[in-house]
Amino acid sequence: MNYISHTELEKKEMLKVIGVKGIDDLFKDIPDDLRPKSFNIPDGKSEFEVIEHLKLLARKNATHLTNFVGAGFYDHYIPAAVDALASDPKFYTAYTPYQAECSQGWLQAVYEYQTVICELTGLGVSNASLYDGGTALYEAAMMAVRFTGRKKIIVDSGVNLIYRTMLYAYTSNLSIEFVETPVVHGQSCREDIYKNLDDKTAAVIVQNPNFFGAVDDFSDIVERVHSKGALAIASVYPVSLGMLKSPGEMGFDIATGEGQSLGIPLSFGGPYLGFIAVKKEYIRQMPGRIVGATVDKDGRRGFVLTLQAREQHIRRERATSNICSNEALCALRALIYISLLGKVGLEELARLNYEKAEFAKSVLDKVPGVKVKRSSPTFNEFTLQLSKNADEAVHRMIGKGFACGFPLGRFYKGMDNYLLVAVTEKRTKEEIVNFANSLEAALCS
Amino acid sequence: MQLIFEKSRVGRRGFQLPETDVPEAFALPDKYCRKIKACLPEVSELDVVRHFSNLSSRNFSVDTNFYPLGSCTMKYNPKFTEKIAVMPGFADLHPLLPQLLGGGMLAQGALEVLYHMERLLSEITGMAEFTVQPLAGAHGELTGVMLIAAYHKNNSSLKKHIIIPDSSHGTNPASAAIAGYDVVVVPTDKDGFLDMQAYKKALNQETAAVMLTCPDTLGLFNSKIKEIADLAHSVGALMYYDGANLNAILGKCRPGDIGFDVIHLNLHKTFATPHGGGGPGAGPVGVCEKLVDFLPVSRVIRRIDGTFALDYRRHKSIGYIAPFYGNFAVILKAYSYILMLGKSGLIEASENAVLSANYCLARLKDYYKPAYDKICMHECVLSASRQLEQGVRALDIAKYLIDKGFHPPTIYFPLIVKEAIMIEPTETESKETLDVFIDVMIEAALLAKTNPSALHLAPLTMPIGRLDETKAAREPNLRWQP
Repeated sequence: MNYISHTELEKKEMLKVIGVKGIDDLFKDIPDDLRPKSFNIPDGKSEFEVIEHLKLLARKNATHLTNFVGAGFYDHYIPAAVDALASDPKFYTAYTPYQAECSQGWLQAVYEYQTVICELTGLGVSNASLYDGGTALYEAAMMAVRFTGRKKIIVDSGVNLIYRTMLYAYTSNLSIEFVETPVVHGQSCREDIYKNLDDKTAAVIVQNPNFFGAVDDFSDIVERVHSKGALAIASVYPVSLGMLKSPGEMGFDIATGEGQSLGIPLSFGGPYLGFIAVKKEYIRQMPGRIVGATVDKDGRRGFVLTLQAREQHIRRERATSNICSNEALCALRALIYISLLGKVGLEELARLNYEKAEFAKSVLDKVPGVKVKRSSPTFNEFTLQLSKNADEAVHRMIGKGFACGFPLGRFYKGMDNYLLVAVTEKRTKEEIVNFANSLEAALCS
Repeated sequence: MQLIFEKSRVGRRGFQLPETDVPEAFALPDKYCRKIKACLPEVSELDVVRHFSNLSSRNFSVDTNFYPLGSCTMKYNPKFTEKIAVMPGFADLHPLLPQLLGGGMLAQGALEVLYHMERLLSEITGMAEFTVQPLAGAHGELTGVMLIAAYHKNNSSLKKHIIIPDSSHGTNPASAAIAGYDVVVVPTDKDGFLDMQAYKKALNQETAAVMLTCPDTLGLFNSKIKEIADLAHSVGALMYYDGANLNAILGKCRPGDIGFDVIHLNLHKTFATPHGGGGPGAGPVGVCEKLVDFLPVSRVIRRIDGTFALDYRRHKSIGYIAPFYGNFAVILKAYSYILMLGKSGLIEASENAVLSANYCLARLKDYYKPAYDKICMHECVLSASRQLEQGVRALDIAKYLIDKGFHPPTIYFPLIVKEAIMIEPTETESKETLDVFIDVMIEAALLAKTNPSALHLAPLTMPIGRLDETKAAREPNLRWQP
């Protein structure tokens, strides 16, 4: 099957109109010596056969485990209406709304999404989305470099290591100086940040809750950052914003994050959703698409892609970013998800996550060989100190039907016995108790 | 149409969370909690369903309209791939599972898909290895330029700039610049190809790479491409292939055989994954042998026992460019598409895409000035310069097409063609659809002569008319205010 509808007769008619004898004449510009040395692709299959093959492969993946792994990517429930509406081909088979009049559905949806992101983060302007939380953080860092004309960035080591690593990879040829400051007792070390903060600093980047799950009020840090003329950037977890102080309330200039938790399936790592929101004064440095409201000649409200002079298709090598298409369909999912939950629902969801995690802490604290790190308050994820190597414990727990958490030794030196555990609203009391019992057994044996 | 926020009514709910089954916890200290609540819509599930269903009907889409958007390859997106992407074994899989001790065995099916996809793309393009991690075409470009930089750095060769033709996509110079290179622009000659004299002049020991689209953005295949590659290699520069136009040459030639060293593909173009209203895409990057060591971590490998694993021990790697293994659900769809089409299906796709583009060109060239009057590849570029003499612009013709139920072609790109109209019909559209579209294009050309104001007024059949873009940019209104 190749989805082509031209019949042999039609092909002949078309070739005649073109004025050539055969299809090969259309490829004459490709010199003979550039023809493929090989093209060993298997023969095609029917739809049924491909589906059966992929079903077999899907069955080789374990989705039976009770999941306590988070580390920035969370197992939240997705309401059926999100899937139903995002599966509408009138959304998903359209493209970037270059022609506004026949793309008002998409343009309005993005305008609504931008509003949601502004409300969640407490900041003035959002773009139409970026690829993921990591690339969003990189774009934020580059905004700060351009805006301040400085090249030093302080990164708190409570920022997800995956994002820090991405940040360093992207900037490896740009002679940007990064300084990592430590996390002490679960929280950003003010002393170290202030020691490194100077008038060469473009930005300070922190994460809330941080990678260990600790929540913080960064207002004090932000104030000091501003006093040096630098920008304060926060990477945040959107579900937590139903409850936690928003980046805007703490005075941050830029907030970024991974929007996967807003109705987007885990899907083995993507597609996800990067979001970015900034204070209004930074709008001209914003990367990517932005939708704005305007009117037509009869005064009717409509939406267009706007402020395009920042973008690669106009500004080329002087663009604010190279990004072209973003993650529109994922942004739509987030918008639908937030619309369903609503103002009260998001708050309740955040509270439910918090309470389940607090309950899990109280149960796990009683398990011999387990110590819950309590130096800082947490949202829905927290750190355990185990009596054994966390990798080993995780391995044993897989056998008991649990993906029991993320071993911190993978990302942090000297933390081989530490385990990061996430508890979302999907985990029941029974699952949490069973988890604690199984962990006890895993640590004893 | 009202915004979802404007439909909000205090106290209305659209989703019920489960009752809590755990005891109430101590409240989080006040200083960590938000005081200003997020002002989100309060609507019912039906409100939400109706709102978004009505919104979607205000879009043109491939499923509802012919969408000959040049350079975007808006081919039909088969439905069965959507079914595969949501299989629970894929959709519910946490990306960190294979990074746990012994966890690789929990994701064998997913790793197998990635492994085979990388092999298939390597064979289709003639490259040594592929990474499917880049999350979009432009992201692939950035990854590709980072690989080029890592290669030159490893050889301790000082390279400063990247050569890019003036007909290129805007992402090319943007990607080169943000990765730290200067951009040297080479003009296009009178035949629509890279100006060889200017190219030779620009090329020197400081050239890191030459970034080209092939066939180029004018829809033409440059038969001097091998010479261009050889010249680049002679000064130690690498050849970068922008895969936006791969749909023209499947099974007809391979970038790797031509001498390209780095290549990105757009799975949402050539391999039929839906464009999603502007993403998610996927921009896999392929490399020749000498660049393999620099590919981003992790790499999916097949062990001797036939199982698949993630390999992070790559000390020359450029590092992480994506959080995990790419836009997996998109990769799944493209993988399924390639399996279904197979060798002959892929070749037929290109042949018919090129046939359809040439058919459009042949029937339209008496009415619109072709940018270059010769056999094209998968897309043709026309100019509305004749119509401009009557005061009708490419934009006016585009808006007229909307009234007739067609998504307009790409306009004003490539930048070097005056009043450009770039038509990419793709292989999946029928001859009848092409004929109706062509007839409307001809009708517009005639109207330009007889009644230009009819074109200036279009579109008239949409929910709104032409919008005031100046107002949008001068008085930015980028969010709803409560």
